[in-house]
Amino acid sequence: MAGLTADWARDWVRLAAASVAEHRAELGALDRDIGDGDHGENLDRGFTAALAKVQDGAAGTPGAVLRLVATTLISTVGGAAGPLYGTAFLKAAEAAGDADTLDGPAVAALLAAARDGIVLRGRAEPGDKTMVDAWSPAVDAAAAAAAGGAEPAEVLREAARAAGEGAAATEPLVARKGRASYLGERAVGHRDPGAASSALLLAAAAEAAGSR
Amino acid sequence: MKKLLRDPRTLVRDGLDGLAATHPGLLRVEAGPELVVRADAPVRGKVGLVSGGGSGHEPLHTGFVGFGMLDAAVPGPVFTSPTPDPILEATRSVSGGAGVLHIVKNYTGDVLNFEVAADLARAEGIDVETVLVDDDVAVQDSTHTAGRRGVAGTVLVEKIAGAAAERGDDLETVAAIARGIVADVRSMGVALAAPVVPHSGLPSFDLADDEIEIGIGIHGEPGRERIPWEPVDGIVARLLQPIVDDLPFTSLDDVLLLVNGMGGTPLLELSVVLDAANQWLSDRSIHVARTLVGSYATSLDMQGCSITLLRLTDERKALWDAPVETAALRWGR
Repeated sequence: MAGLTADWARDWVRLAAASVAEHRAELGALDRDIGDGDHGENLDRGFTAALAKVQDGAAGTPGAVLRLVATTLISTVGGAAGPLYGTAFLKAAEAAGDADTLDGPAVAALLAAARDGIVLRGRAEPGDKTMVDAWSPAVDAAAAAAAGGAEPAEVLREAARAAGEGAAATEPLVARKGRASYLGERAVGHRDPGAASSALLLAAAAEAAGSR
Repeated sequence: MKKLLRDPRTLVRDGLDGLAATHPGLLRVEAGPELVVRADAPVRGKVGLVSGGGSGHEPLHTGFVGFGMLDAAVPGPVFTSPTPDPILEATRSVSGGAGVLHIVKNYTGDVLNFEVAADLARAEGIDVETVLVDDDVAVQDSTHTAGRRGVAGTVLVEKIAGAAAERGDDLETVAAIARGIVADVRSMGVALAAPVVPHSGLPSFDLADDEIEIGIGIHGEPGRERIPWEPVDGIVARLLQPIVDDLPFTSLDDVLLLVNGMGGTPLLELSVVLDAANQWLSDRSIHVARTLVGSYATSLDMQGCSITLLRLTDERKALWDAPVETAALRWGR
């Protein structure tokens, strides 16, 4: 199987936009429980804009597509999620560089760079009940899969699986960052909306790779 | 939901058009991206002051654009931080060569978006300093939270830093004065009824008819405790005691007392709160040297108020008394 191309990146954005739109109300409800309720709406606005930007097909490498996504999300999402996801895609684009295709290790490195960007911008650590709790296990799973010689699609499937588990595992946590941190113990029992949307985005990345 | 609007999606924009029509000589409203900018910006050689955040807190921040206060305000969607693009554009618009100060309420979204914008502005050669306002004593400030929220104390930071910039202080000095205010200002709020958020049409939290929430934020975030209603003197003591204990304010301190309405409480009641607070402070020999009462940092139509105390010095008094001409605060000019 060949490496992942700019078409994969475009498909990722398309599937991510569809997934965010489908789960918009659900993300909003998670956010209303422990935040301010606008996460689904903000991400939907951002990925709709990102899809429009990348669909013209001018960006010829995965890195170029991801960079376009980054700047669009930073300009359109707002809230905390805009700078966080924007930085994640920007760092992923930098990791992808100007390569035409990405192999398994390159995909794992791209995800690690994205996670590092989120940590740098949000100053959150694993266990703070944030999107880092989806990204960190995803990065570890991707690295393990890539080290075992897995194809890019398999690396992404492993990342998506781990992100989903990581998002679910935020439910018993007390939040230490973001608006949910004001709730103290009252945040316990609620899934972090940022971790939930991160799992959706990584699932879309895997689906885009699997369909090629 | 019954509100005076055309469409929740155009609410912020329509309100800005109204503001522009009311104060044509004072400010201008730009459409792409949406900004409120002082009419004569950029003022050559003056430090530019930019603030912003989610809409729904009017007159904060758009009503404080003008002489002696903010040079620009960046209104985001209701209760949602603006993105870095308009913040960057505002920073450019007010850059008169002496640098720009960002005054940011301590909410994760605001902090991150202003941070990205400041990075971009610096990359263009604009000197940017940032002051985070975190005056809300209701939130425990520790490594286990995002830190205290910025609430009505922001108005005092904007007024006093604005006066310092207007008299010609340089960026470092204006930032230091603003940080000094942040260090010495404390606030706490109470809600009697939740705001109704236009997009959802629903109250942002549920409060029974006979309940009040002490320590509420300005987005309907939860407070410290929910208790049965009681007469105003008891409520005022519940707000002032943690404020005074926190700094702490002590007897013989000169203070500025701000009683701020949350949007849905009449001025008559706010004046009663001011009277009760004045008595409570007077009983402890804390000297109220300046007062301000009115709805300045609101939460849509939330019923309730917040009380803010700032420790005053002679310099702060002079900067507070200095002329200001904005939509929502004006004196001395």
